[in-house]
Amino acid sequence: MPRNKDIKKVLLIGSGPIVIGQAAEFDYAGTQALTTLKNEGLEVVLVNSNPATIMTDAEMADRVYLEPLSVDVLKKIIDIEKPDSILPTLGGQTGLNLAMELAETGYLEEKNVKLLGTNTLAIKKAEDREAFKETMEKLNEPIVEGTIVTEVHEALEFADRVGYPVIVRPAYTLGGTGGGIADTKEQLAEICEGGLKASRVHQCLIEKCICGWKEIEFEAMRDSAGNCITICNMENVDPVGVHTGDSIVVAPVQTLRDEETVMLHNASLKIIEELGIEGGCNVQFALHPYDMSYAVIEVNPRVSRSSALASKATGYPIARVSTLVAIGYTLDEIKNAVTGNTYASFEPSIDYIVCKFPRWPFDKFVSADRKLGTKMKATGEVMSISDSFESAMLKSMRSLELNVFSSEVNLFSGLSKEQLVDRLHVQDDQRIFCVFAALRAGVSVQEVYDITKIDTWFLNKFATIIKNEEKIKAEKLACLDKEYMLYVKKLGFADKAIAEWCGVSEKEIRKMRVDMGIVPVYNTVDTCAGEYKAYSDYYYSTYQTQSEVRKTDKKTVVVLGSGPIRIGQGVEFDYCSVHCVWALKKLGYDAVIINNNPETVSTDFDTSDRLYFEPLTNEEVLNILEVEKPEGVFVQFGGQTAIKLAKTVHENGYKIFGTTFEDINNAEDREEFDALLTQLDLARPKGKTVFTAEQALSAAEELGYPVLVRPSYVLGGQGMEICYNAEDITKYMSIINLNTQEHPILVDQYIMGKELEVDAICDGKNILIPGIMEHVERTGVHSGDSIAVYPATLDKDVVENIIETTRKLAFGTKTVGLINIQYILRGKDLYIIEVNPRSSRTVPYISKVTGIPMVQLAVRCSLGEDLASMGYGTGLHPASSYYAVKVPVFSNEKIPDLEISLSPEMKSTGEVLGLSKSYPEALLKGLLASGIRLKDGGIILISVADIHKQEIVETAQAFSDLGFELYATGGTAHVLNKNFIPTNVIGKLKDKGDNIETLFASEKVCLVINTPTRGHDSTRDGFKIRRMAIERGITCMTAPDTANALAKALKLKKKDKDLNLVCLGDIKND
Amino acid sequence: MKAFLMLQDGTRFYGEAFGDVKNTVGEVVFTTAMSGYQANLSEPSFCGQIAVLTYPIIGDGGFENYDLDPNRVSVKGVVVKELCESPINWKNRCDIDNFFKKFGIVGIKNIDTRALTIKLREDGVMNGMICLDEPTQEQIDSLNSYKIEKPVHHVTTKQVVKYQGKGGKKVAVLDFGVKQSIIDDLVARGHEVVVYPATTPASEILAGDPDGILLSNGPGDPKECLDIVENVKQLVGKKPIMGVCVGHNILALASGLDTYKLKVGHRGANQPVKNLATGRTYILSQNHGYAVCEPKDDSVASVYFRNVNDGTVAGLEYKNAKAFSTAFCPYVLPGPMDTQYLYDKFENMMEGK
Repeated sequence: MPRNKDIKKVLLIGSGPIVIGQAAEFDYAGTQALTTLKNEGLEVVLVNSNPATIMTDAEMADRVYLEPLSVDVLKKIIDIEKPDSILPTLGGQTGLNLAMELAETGYLEEKNVKLLGTNTLAIKKAEDREAFKETMEKLNEPIVEGTIVTEVHEALEFADRVGYPVIVRPAYTLGGTGGGIADTKEQLAEICEGGLKASRVHQCLIEKCICGWKEIEFEAMRDSAGNCITICNMENVDPVGVHTGDSIVVAPVQTLRDEETVMLHNASLKIIEELGIEGGCNVQFALHPYDMSYAVIEVNPRVSRSSALASKATGYPIARVSTLVAIGYTLDEIKNAVTGNTYASFEPSIDYIVCKFPRWPFDKFVSADRKLGTKMKATGEVMSISDSFESAMLKSMRSLELNVFSSEVNLFSGLSKEQLVDRLHVQDDQRIFCVFAALRAGVSVQEVYDITKIDTWFLNKFATIIKNEEKIKAEKLACLDKEYMLYVKKLGFADKAIAEWCGVSEKEIRKMRVDMGIVPVYNTVDTCAGEYKAYSDYYYSTYQTQSEVRKTDKKTVVVLGSGPIRIGQGVEFDYCSVHCVWALKKLGYDAVIINNNPETVSTDFDTSDRLYFEPLTNEEVLNILEVEKPEGVFVQFGGQTAIKLAKTVHENGYKIFGTTFEDINNAEDREEFDALLTQLDLARPKGKTVFTAEQALSAAEELGYPVLVRPSYVLGGQGMEICYNAEDITKYMSIINLNTQEHPILVDQYIMGKELEVDAICDGKNILIPGIMEHVERTGVHSGDSIAVYPATLDKDVVENIIETTRKLAFGTKTVGLINIQYILRGKDLYIIEVNPRSSRTVPYISKVTGIPMVQLAVRCSLGEDLASMGYGTGLHPASSYYAVKVPVFSNEKIPDLEISLSPEMKSTGEVLGLSKSYPEALLKGLLASGIRLKDGGIILISVADIHKQEIVETAQAFSDLGFELYATGGTAHVLNKNFIPTNVIGKLKDKGDNIETLFASEKVCLVINTPTRGHDSTRDGFKIRRMAIERGITCMTAPDTANALAKALKLKKKDKDLNLVCLGDIKND
Repeated sequence: MKAFLMLQDGTRFYGEAFGDVKNTVGEVVFTTAMSGYQANLSEPSFCGQIAVLTYPIIGDGGFENYDLDPNRVSVKGVVVKELCESPINWKNRCDIDNFFKKFGIVGIKNIDTRALTIKLREDGVMNGMICLDEPTQEQIDSLNSYKIEKPVHHVTTKQVVKYQGKGGKKVAVLDFGVKQSIIDDLVARGHEVVVYPATTPASEILAGDPDGILLSNGPGDPKECLDIVENVKQLVGKKPIMGVCVGHNILALASGLDTYKLKVGHRGANQPVKNLATGRTYILSQNHGYAVCEPKDDSVASVYFRNVNDGTVAGLEYKNAKAFSTAFCPYVLPGPMDTQYLYDKFENMMEGK
């Protein structure tokens, strides 16, 4: 069936900010969908609140709305734009839920708007627990049996029927408190009784326990004619029990018998046929390790994280094909873009192994609970491709940028066999390394299997890695003849690791290897295992014989990507990398990208001219540079990941476009930088460089408390903290020293003031400042966690000073391209906190608001063009008549035990933007978009540190005036009441009778304002109050400035339906 | 043991031999199926061939089925990238090395199968030899002149085999290398099945008075079966006929249509085939190197199925005889891929509908 000609204008709903569980994969999916719809000649309207994405560029759709994602906003957009259809299945769970809610209101029918793709009934059947159960029963497809009980005997009866073991999950307790696995009647009675007590509603879900079964996923696709295919199957290395987003995943399945693969393949097709899916769909199974029984765990009737992975793993563009199916095409009418002459109605065949490894935030959240379970905790992931499992696994491990270059990590060295076996029982992010350590220590494959239920096929492969690692360690260079070197390179061993074991430098191993003629070749991801000629320039390295790289006559430039999404380095840097690629293509270069993140636009095979899906390590980057022989390399757009590679690029004789390696280094080097500031006569908080705790203490004494401590070479403020006293310093240094410190620790004076931020473009002769941003929170809060307002409201002389200082710094650091500077403004005095000669988190949002294509200009400057001739002027760009307020979004509820209070250490995972001509409305939009919605007349609980008690009065007054009921703990209540703000006193946690806990239980609390006294002490009341709020889904603000901003925004008394919506394209015309 | 695969054009791929290690000549073809090597290598489809498996790790599951007719396990050689050293499969009975030894198959591992596949894709399938030593001129001559001769005659059953029915029809199956699953399907549908050797005279088959005749799947060039084609000519029009795979080709030749050799062949688990009557596309496992030429007009037969990728004929419905054929075997597992309706169609013909 060709395209449905009734469809003329489509509204696409995005997935909103990046949070744990919903990351950049939906920028990739949405961008692909928008491009596809536009190529079909349709008019497209996009709504998404996330400004850091490619999809929200004004050029990506006919009309782009950066607005809060709510039903009322959608209704308004429908009124304004009058689309005839909505595409709901490409914006993650957020987009799907919104579309469903909207459909339920009857508004779509009223306005004659169709939902494209999978219909609402099918979505219900997949998403609604009961409907899903019924559907599966009808199909005779097994599901995990479960029941809700309120009495112990009900649980026992259920278990008798389905058999032990069973899982007890108490309802409404977070992190599974009170639950557990029961193998016997006695255990079940005990656990269930505890669980019922722990549950707020006195309910437990009892499920048949299938922990230890294999977890298998199928990505399937169906069109309106009923043609069904599966695109990719995947197997979790970690068995059922760990969320698939937290599991190491391989594609295709490795340990299934043919019969089992066929059985699940057919089950998935049967399911999507019955549901009547039109588009992509993901089916998750649990498969018993040895008796063919299985259960359908979940069906996602939409494009998902797994489908992004499957797309990148096979080359099959699931989002694009889903979109085409949604507008009426059948699979046999859609060309396979990879081969160019076959069709989308086939099942990709792959001739390599893909491995996905999650990236967790525990390197930053050191005190958070690292255990993995049914709730996802990873912020991002990496993927690797190779022709052996061992190599795919090792490649993915080194892509994580956790300084892992072999299967051995320091953490477990020195532990005894018994200790390791004990540790194997702990299912956390480090367990995979423990598995390696245990096997290395001689624990048998069978014993490791018995504890972990990781299939012995995988464990045997691990053992192969370990055996060869140990061989090299023992025999060193002597064993590395040509044949063995080739063998271990095929296994994926890193030069760096081999070098360490042999006691020589990485350079020496590389030279030895290259002299032996052992260099990688690049094979193509072609969807068809070589059966047809492919036109995709999508490569991965192997140590095989024949390279497939297709070069052209054009000059080549390599762009280094930003790797996995993690706290501090999010989708913004992918945005910058992609724009760099686009700019280069426009200038007539062949743009090559190296990256390893399967969620992103940059790793879509038709974004760049050539894509290398490889780890971003010295070795792998150099290998590619040797093949590509580029004119030069861009390192300024890929975040710290790319910057870290600058040295290798430079030392091997490749040109770095833009700011040179020496100048990048000088800006990052404390002493060089201090010297520059002195020379330029610019002020910064005084500071010292230290290595030991003693030095840190004396430095703090000298500078005066409070001081800011952090490691040099920072990423998102890693390990940064304000220390108020000697005790804080001692504690901080003891944590930092857990990890080896190659670089010194910086101790700085803490200056309280207003934080300002500037991104500028420099060609060496002129600068262009698109805009100045002002942070709502005062210094001490990481810039990534602050609400940022553009344009800043500042006195004229301050603005002049900022322009001049920025110019001095850009010239002083010899920046060519982008530079990001953070300032503190105290009175009229400007202090410099940080200068980064590279792209920053704020580049996408400022580019969108000002209409200045910052990355493109930076690229052109770096290639030698004159900034002044680019048509955007120099100096400070005139401020927009719109305010743009960037509000951070956190995933605090996903990480139990995390200290949530704002600090110099970044914690947010994403951001949203509020746009309006009025500042309070822009602020309100940003806050609403970030998910802050207070119930009218609800309770606000205030409990602030002594230093904030006076300050909070004004804010409290505002909330009180707005009709909220105020509760406060003793000291705070006293101050508020003394200021004539009616406030109820509430007891602390330990107090008998009415206390904070009972107040929470009333379910009327809609906001908690709690500023931390200090430290990360999880036993303190403040910490507990904050966690209680988060776990109940209550907004919790920990900085007085944020609370004050919220009060200011709420004074507008506007709801979603009252907001003035702004189309991004209209800003320029205003 | 070190070995290499030498193609007819002289190209060499170095690796290590395993299984029944010996010098072996065969036609080198590739298959892109990611799983299913056990079934593939246990059946006659690769008769006389050296199969290149593009999936990079082979042997993870060993072999579950060991008691097979050695005549039908007829692949000559197998080329793999990595041979799995520790097969894991709770039903595994025999690892690949021992299986190969038992059935006289030579394997060669550590080969860049992707480079080899691309070569075959570009230059077409050709002969090759797995060599343990430098080949003699005589061996090279045998490599160049190698032709798979009468593979169907080689793999077909030597005697008539009967399966009891249960109230169904009586189906004569001409065994060109028939998959057991096809027989099982027919029996499961209640039919009495009589499996005949491929060269059984038409008169003998008709003497058994079947309600319908199934021309089965099997290996190789249908033109190697011209004696069988002559035989089949005498069956066409007499009884309802369903042809699958090589049976599809033989029926076409017997009806005056022509067949030709595909440059690369259709081998893999992901071949899309479209039913032109319903518009539905099916993803099917296929393993063949020959196709029926496009009929000039509809006078003999009309095209029933087409391969979506290259547009080749994948099924025919005959005009003047109760007969139809497909270039693939009916997909028999439950689910939307189900092409069991082809059996329904056959049954309807037998019913006289």
